[in-house]
Amino acid sequence: MSQKQHYKITVNGKEEEFLAEPRELLIYTLRERLNVTGPHIGCETSHCGACTVTIDGKSVKSCTMFVAQADGKDITTIEGIGSPDALHPLQEAFKEHHGLQCGYCTPGMITRATKLLEENPTPTEEEIRFGMAGNICRCTGYQNIVKSIQAAAAEMNAAKEAAE
Amino acid sequence: MKDEVASRKERAENLKGMGCSRKRVEDARFTQGKGNYVDDLKLDGMLFGDFVRSPYAHARITRIDTAAALEVPGVLAVLTAKDLEPLGLHWMPTLAGDKQMVLADGKVLFQGQEVAFVVAEDRYAAADGIEAVEVEYEELPVLVDPFEALTSDVVLREDTVDANGNPVDGAHGPRKHHNHIFTWEAGDKDPTAEVLANAEVVAEETMYYHRTHPCPLETCGCVASMDKVNGKLTLWGTFQAPHAIRTVVSLISGIEEHNIRVISPDIGGGFGNKVGAYPGYVCSVVASIVTGKPVKWIEDRMDNLMTTAFARDYWMKGRISATKDGKITGLHCHVTADHGGFDACADPTKFPAGFMNICTGSYDIPTAYLQVDGAYTNKAPGGVSYRCSFRVTEAVYFIERMIEVLAIELNMDAAELRRINFIKKEQFPYQAALGWEYDSGDYHTAWEKALKAVDYDGLRAEQAQRVEDFKAGKTRKLMGVGLSFFTEIVGAGPVKNCDILGLGMFDSCEIRIHPTGSAIARLGTISQGQGHATTFAQILASEIGLPADSITIEEGDTDTAPYGLGTYGSRSTPVAGAATAMAGRKIRAKAQMIAAYLMEVHDDDVEFDVDRFVVKGAPEKFKTMKEIAFAAYNQAIPGIEPGLEAVSYYDPPNMTYPFGAYVCVMDIDVDTGVTDIRRFYALDDCGTRINPMIIEGQVHGGLTEALAVALGQEIAYDDMGNVKTGTLMDFFLPTAWEVPNYETDYTVTPSPHHPIGAKGVGESPHVGGVPCFSNAVHDAFRAFGLRHTNMPHDHWRIWKTANELGLHG
Ligand code: FES
Ligand code: FES
Repeated sequence: MSQKQHYKITVNGKEEEFLAEPRELLIYTLRERLNVTGPHIGCETSHCGACTVTIDGKSVKSCTMFVAQADGKDITTIEGIGSPDALHPLQEAFKEHHGLQCGYCTPGMITRATKLLEENPTPTEEEIRFGMAGNICRCTGYQNIVKSIQAAAAEMNAAKEAAE
Repeated sequence: MKDEVASRKERAENLKGMGCSRKRVEDARFTQGKGNYVDDLKLDGMLFGDFVRSPYAHARITRIDTAAALEVPGVLAVLTAKDLEPLGLHWMPTLAGDKQMVLADGKVLFQGQEVAFVVAEDRYAAADGIEAVEVEYEELPVLVDPFEALTSDVVLREDTVDANGNPVDGAHGPRKHHNHIFTWEAGDKDPTAEVLANAEVVAEETMYYHRTHPCPLETCGCVASMDKVNGKLTLWGTFQAPHAIRTVVSLISGIEEHNIRVISPDIGGGFGNKVGAYPGYVCSVVASIVTGKPVKWIEDRMDNLMTTAFARDYWMKGRISATKDGKITGLHCHVTADHGGFDACADPTKFPAGFMNICTGSYDIPTAYLQVDGAYTNKAPGGVSYRCSFRVTEAVYFIERMIEVLAIELNMDAAELRRINFIKKEQFPYQAALGWEYDSGDYHTAWEKALKAVDYDGLRAEQAQRVEDFKAGKTRKLMGVGLSFFTEIVGAGPVKNCDILGLGMFDSCEIRIHPTGSAIARLGTISQGQGHATTFAQILASEIGLPADSITIEEGDTDTAPYGLGTYGSRSTPVAGAATAMAGRKIRAKAQMIAAYLMEVHDDDVEFDVDRFVVKGAPEKFKTMKEIAFAAYNQAIPGIEPGLEAVSYYDPPNMTYPFGAYVCVMDIDVDTGVTDIRRFYALDDCGTRINPMIIEGQVHGGLTEALAVALGQEIAYDDMGNVKTGTLMDFFLPTAWEVPNYETDYTVTPSPHHPIGAKGVGESPHVGGVPCFSNAVHDAFRAFGLRHTNMPHDHWRIWKTANELGLHG
């Protein structure tokens, strides 16, 4: 037990202020305090990536970050990527190419993949497999995840070209 | 006529029925982070429970002091076995006929065992409370080796001996020793011994199928909520068998079954981990009754790997005999099964070693004998079917390794040895020596297709060249061609010989057609990623002629779904899928009468045509199923009740026997032990194919779990009973980086007894994949004299093998 502190974070564009113990892990802040349950917990040791969120433009495993470390930061979770009426191309592609089964890894997978494609809009299969290696899926064997990401990349690049 | 055909095709396509790669209806919510898993559940005033766990593998508990813990802010209660004992809940029955401590009753039998349950306002307070509980242990000798356990004087379980220290009978008969659980046999002992004694060639091998864990990405957990006002208990949880859990909870708690509602929400993968009943469920229920508030319990990953549901841990000793030209004549198998501290396998009651007696595999072996001895040790309980039907993975690994060893003994090509021993197409239904009746198969066709697809002869030529080059010092990489041909046995199963806790292993489906021609169907199973909401709607669409998109599938709520035994052992399609088809046919039968009435003809004069009933010989006269549905609700039809509903409880006449042929091509770096899977070809025959896209996804996933088990994944213990692989740091789960692309293929041999001919596929790739990867490793070293080495074949072990074979110069 330790003293509660005041924190302010932005989650999916919404500012949140609250009192919490500094030892609280960000994943619990999100899931239990703020009811943002898209990011999941698979290990709490930074291995599985189910808890992946984006913080200030970088992929972060929120299970191994204290809320104190996230103070003042801008956080995006799966809930902030696309909306029911306008899915992100990655969300569309995962549906289209059977990139998920139980769905438990999916929020972390897609959140990570958005960053991957920002970092490298035209990744090779090898680059996708390497860039996604921090996210474990127990169901799909990855083949269709890779396919989904390739398809989304193609789609996004085509859209960009059309806009130019 | 042409138009008619075309439009029929179009109408069929509109239904998105069986055989089409329908996109999954589940995916919209999952891709948007709107799944509803148990840990997402938040109820008013909900508390959090967590365990004090034993650091020792075997110890007597001399003192538990909870006073300090109760002082911790936020802690409301601490339960120990003493609190549960007056309720008779300090032990609980396991699905295997044994019993298991819910909380340590005077002693602990494995590291991580549940000792006390701390209930607090949130998980942080619970963690603080756990720190403050004082437990004193007196260490006892630890037995981690089943062979040692079966000869040791140390008595692990006091309930296995009488007052004089002599072993008492267990749930499956007499014990040979106080740490012995059961002996189980199949086949003919003496005739097998005779065949082996007089055989021209006998190959013998001992292999250890190591302990591992299903490790779904979501761990186990539950929320129990006792509503004291109306006496109803609701239990949400990661249950692969919600109805069975309700019955178990009722039996052990005394709460009447109608006052218990069990709900399995979305489940983040199961693979066998979520079949059994765990102490966390019982403690959450008790804690909710005690506090009057909802209580949540969620395992962390270490809890999961260390305590719930290990798989395998079979020591298998085999002898296989053949004529000089390779015709197999007999098989003997003995297994020493390590069950840990409690026998908590989730096998059908009469099968304490599951379906291990499928270990004659895909071969026509006239005489065989199997004996399995179960042993207690100081390890976690479990013995679940990790992505396989009960112990089938072990059986298939055993026979597929024995075939390879026999091929070495005979100096024969392993593909050819398989080919000449396959059960022939015309022998089905085939009566196997160890008791099963295989329903259908065409092994030769599948095998030829597979070998041709990979250019088997070409691979062997390449491999021979590689060996030459290696010997000449031109390369340090060897090449292995891994083969496996498996026959699964799934769809438990016929009620006449399959039950769990006395509950027959049927399954069920209930359908309601709504007036406007859409429908809801509820089943006794529960999806954990298999996409039931998608595929069961496809079965129905084809059966009742309403579009799959207009059919909602619901599972997992015992208040609304019909009773069923749940989803594991690839039983959903063979059993619940059959129930779905049968219920659909009942709907169709009633629809036929309604259609005939509406068109003013006799029942026999109309026939079903995709999405409608037509008057025979006059296809322009028809009533669509949509019209019929409406009529069922708005017309008074003489002699027919209003409404359009049906229910079917399906008791399968036999299991189904999916099969497949796999080939793996692997390069191995002799100096580092690193493996590189160059190619993996998987041909599956799961009978009628409901959704090819989903089948392919299941194959990719199952193969990846097979790769993990064969090449690195294990639950390892040291001599003190400490778990050495309790986190994902040490427990191998492959990432995208380690996994190859798989080539999938198929043949279709429908099951003759299943209403739609489907056999189930979810587990085949795991069952067939493990021996295939393992055989590839062995095959790479065959030219250098390797016969057998135990899995997992991680880099270190492969390096060691190469070293022992003198390949490091
Ligand atoms: S839960 Fe954060 S990486 Fe696994
Ligand atoms: S879809 Fe189940 S873990 Fe990835």
